[in-house]
Amino acid sequence: MKIRTLLGAFASTIALSSNAYAATEIQWWHAFTGRLGELLAEQIEEFNASQSDFVVVGSHKGNYSETLNAGIAAFRAGEQPHILMVFEVGTATMMAAKGAINPVYEVMAEGGAPFDPDAYMGAVKGYYTTTDGDMLSLPYNSSTPVLYVNRDAFTAAGLDPDMDLSTWQNVGEALDGLKAGGEDCPLVTAWQSWVHLENMSAWHDVPFASKENGFAGLDTELMLNGPVQVAHIEAMGQWAKDAKFIYTGRRNEGGANFRAGECALFTESSAGYAGVKAEAKFDFDIRSLPYWEGAGNAPQNTIIGGSSLWVMAGHDAEEYKGVSQFLSFLSSSDVQAKWHQNTGYLPITTEAAEQTKAEGFYDANPGTEIAGMQMTGKAPTGNSKGLRLGSFDQIRGIIDEELEAVWAGDKDAQTALDSAKERGDALLRRFEQANR
Amino acid sequence: MEKRVTFKGWLLPMCLLMPQIIITAVFFFYPAGQAIYQSLFIPDPFGLSMRWVGLGNFEYLLGDPYYRASFVTTAVFSLLVTVTSMGFALYLAVLADRLIKGSGVYRTLLIWPYAVAPAVAGVLWLFMFNTRVGVVSWYLGLLGYDWNHVLNEAEAMGLVVVASSWGRVSYNFLFFLAGLQAIPKSVIEAAAIDGARFWTRFRTIVFPLLSPTTFFLLVVNIVYAFFETFGVIHTITSGGPQQATTILVYKVFSDGFVSQDLGSSAAQSVILLVIVGALTIVQFKFIERRVHY
Repeated sequence: MKIRTLLGAFASTIALSSNAYAATEIQWWHAFTGRLGELLAEQIEEFNASQSDFVVVGSHKGNYSETLNAGIAAFRAGEQPHILMVFEVGTATMMAAKGAINPVYEVMAEGGAPFDPDAYMGAVKGYYTTTDGDMLSLPYNSSTPVLYVNRDAFTAAGLDPDMDLSTWQNVGEALDGLKAGGEDCPLVTAWQSWVHLENMSAWHDVPFASKENGFAGLDTELMLNGPVQVAHIEAMGQWAKDAKFIYTGRRNEGGANFRAGECALFTESSAGYAGVKAEAKFDFDIRSLPYWEGAGNAPQNTIIGGSSLWVMAGHDAEEYKGVSQFLSFLSSSDVQAKWHQNTGYLPITTEAAEQTKAEGFYDANPGTEIAGMQMTGKAPTGNSKGLRLGSFDQIRGIIDEELEAVWAGDKDAQTALDSAKERGDALLRRFEQANR
Repeated sequence: MEKRVTFKGWLLPMCLLMPQIIITAVFFFYPAGQAIYQSLFIPDPFGLSMRWVGLGNFEYLLGDPYYRASFVTTAVFSLLVTVTSMGFALYLAVLADRLIKGSGVYRTLLIWPYAVAPAVAGVLWLFMFNTRVGVVSWYLGLLGYDWNHVLNEAEAMGLVVVASSWGRVSYNFLFFLAGLQAIPKSVIEAAAIDGARFWTRFRTIVFPLLSPTTFFLLVVNIVYAFFETFGVIHTITSGGPQQATTILVYKVFSDGFVSQDLGSSAAQSVILLVIVGALTIVQFKFIERRVHY
């Protein structure tokens, strides 16, 4: 038995290595482990099996930040991969690095593989496309925040689980009812800046930053202290004070509480669906992210989080041909539909969404179509295309700090957001200085 | 009379010193020099361009009230970590020193936590004190105490101090125990015969004779608290809530390695280097005078 396994392994090693010698190798550095890592590996295998000229090799380099760092360090050492997965927050950093990247639209045009950027949903494509319409990186996994509802908790508190939760006004009433009905944890959230400021701004069609949220120039300033945002954070602060909104941390710590059935409402990425579905021992459903009735132009559309694939500079033309074929493969609707259905990430091409619908997936898994509808309900405006801000990781850190001051009752919403703007702007000026 | 051994010629002494000099040059002088050089620029992350700003990075940092506030946070944090880890280690060492049976087992067990990397230690403590699912916070809840380090600044500070001190207790324990065992038993026995109780003996004989060890550990632990604790902060609080646990070295790490602001990060490490250098000089000048070798 053992010998046979060994022989088998030996044979397959030979087969693999001879294959690798014949074919051009394409390195892809990514940030996925677990289930997502397996699905990614399947995509690579499928591509490698489909042709014999190129072999894509995937390497896991840690979380999003670590992967970006690994890519940057490798570039400085002249050892960069062909394809690097970068989270949406790093978009401005990559865009500014003109000599380090090959824009996807150029790679695709030169490589000659079939590719139609317009196949991608506007709100997804827009995030990674210049104002002139050139796609710089290939959207890979994208999600958007939605509202998860623990129906059992509503029933236990004597509320109708089918009640309308499309506006924050209604959510406020639900929170009152939940609290009165003895619920200890009426509302939790993940990724507070992304959900409650970045997406809230887009959803109400008010600017998060000037210059079309940074798309139109590096001389952008934060505008997250506008009346719509302040009113929302003020309401959240009041709910925190009344123990209706429970703060659990800067990342998605609240997910554990919600999945364990401890909390009634949870604002989190649509990509949290797989986890909730796997773990929740209660009846849940998914609603669109609430908006404030009468504020801004809500509902506009929400924006994405997730990552895109950047092609790094400094390799041979032959290798870029392989890259273009692989990216073309990734954007095909079969691959996209499968990815969407397995992960809860958005169907990022229109075709993949239609295919998923035609296959009856949405009927079998109610709620999974909400995120897509939320993204595509209206054509994106300058306020809802996305964000392109330098040093955005640090700015999110500042926003986290200021929001914590509101949740703790140390600052009112206006003071906290004014301070976030002032501190964030200082970082934006630094980024402008570094990339002029 | 002092006895001096001198070498004839310079080749042998140079050869003997070389390994240490090379290691210091490669792993200390070169990176420190690079940090000073880089602190005068705003580079882009990919190393494609460097923009000369002179002392601009320092002006930017020192003009930021939040950065200045983290000096105080760092002082409080370092003091607490040093006092906690040394005090507890000394207590355990004194107890272990008095043991007759089974001392080997205790010593081995007490040394184990030193093998745990700071970031991993952070995760362990975070699990225990997780506001919802942590064992300790659950028991605290039974006692009617609502543990919430994600919003309570004092609790967050307490948690990172304990997590940073824990592994350090082992290290300090080893040195204290060795120091205690080096004290001649005859001196202590003589004092005991004279009627000195345990506490008097400790205060007047043991602690003064232990002072070289204590001084060494003081320097080493302050350096540890200043430089090596970012892993714990990163895993437990990320510097929050608000800025309650943003210590200087954590900011160096997060600005440089999370946010790719290498100019600012380099300037911060230069500032940190100056502070710790100054602190060590102060310690040698003023505290070492009270040390009896």
